[in-house]
Amino acid sequence: MTAILLALAVMAILAVVLGGILGFASVRFKVEGDPLVEKIDAVLPQTQCGQCGHPGCRPYAEAIAHGEDDINKCPPGGEEGIRKLAELLGVEFKPFDEGAAQPKPKSVAVIDENTCIGCTLCIQACPVDAIVGSAKQMHTIIASECTGCELCLAPCPVDCIHIVPVGTTVKNWKWRYPVFALKLVRPSATTESSS
Amino acid sequence: MDISHYLLILVSTVLVNNVVLVRILGLCPFMGVSKKLEAALGMGAATTFVLTLAAGSSHLINQLLVAFELEYLRTLSFILVIAGIVQFTEMVIHKTSPVLYQVLGIYLPLITTNCAVLGVPLLNVQEQHTFAEALVFGAGSALGFSLILILFAAMRERLEGADVPTPFRGAAIAFVTAGLMSLAFMGFGGLVK
Repeated sequence: MTAILLALAVMAILAVVLGGILGFASVRFKVEGDPLVEKIDAVLPQTQCGQCGHPGCRPYAEAIAHGEDDINKCPPGGEEGIRKLAELLGVEFKPFDEGAAQPKPKSVAVIDENTCIGCTLCIQACPVDAIVGSAKQMHTIIASECTGCELCLAPCPVDCIHIVPVGTTVKNWKWRYPVFALKLVRPSATTESSS
Repeated sequence: MDISHYLLILVSTVLVNNVVLVRILGLCPFMGVSKKLEAALGMGAATTFVLTLAAGSSHLINQLLVAFELEYLRTLSFILVIAGIVQFTEMVIHKTSPVLYQVLGIYLPLITTNCAVLGVPLLNVQEQHTFAEALVFGAGSALGFSLILILFAAMRERLEGADVPTPFRGAAIAFVTAGLMSLAFMGFGGLVK
């Protein structure tokens, strides 16, 4: 009888000590939020454009971190953004989602200053504060701040905002990367040649 | 006991009596986490940490059990300690490296059921090691495990691109490779007498 009690006591003490260590560790190494979300959020372009179907970049980062959404839905980030996300998460690079918005040439919004009535609605919509102006005053867009996210188009009551692609000018032109056409190798052709 | 005695234990556990290739322990993570080199590195580090701690603490617990003549509780209490240490490691990794935490995934809690982690403390008892010897034995086994895991992961990355006959693709060629590695490691047999 005493042998059983002794065994029980030793195991109980062992369990209590281990439980104490684990309890201490769970307080000491508590994970506030998800550190992975921060890292993904830092890669996203922070245009808050909502083209991925989430209300902003951070909700999209949370969705990626929890595995609820794919990494290929951020048009402003472009292919470079997908590449960085794939590297961060250790997954394969994948091309842009067919159904999602496609990346567009870099463009900025321009306000037709003759039509603008100074309603300030587009200022409230702009996620990057690239529109200046005040009530009953003509608004204008700071081109260097504008991300071309098109969020200001919908609220404008007089449709005076247009998206203009940034064409190549003498200042931003550069050589294209050299592109070599890859020859397509058909699987059937390789099996014939090897056999 | 001089330093060469401990070095001898270290060399014999890493190379001669390698835990994976000679004792054939811990094959689950050996096959499961060796597909990517980075995951193998992380798994090796986590297992090294767990195995060294497990070897040391289970030695202390064994002394406690021997003092109360409760040797029959050895396996049970070793598993308890290992499970606790693995939980602790999981919390630390989750805090310090969330990406590694995601990469290791299910294999991190599965260190609990890694037979190498239970086998090494039991071997320690069997060979009647002192505390320091048990620690060195545990660390050496873990280093041997990590070494093989990393070597094997590097080979498997090459195997992905190799032209393997269809019946041998996947796990089959991996086991053939592991067998060949095991044969090669038998060459270390005469290193330590």
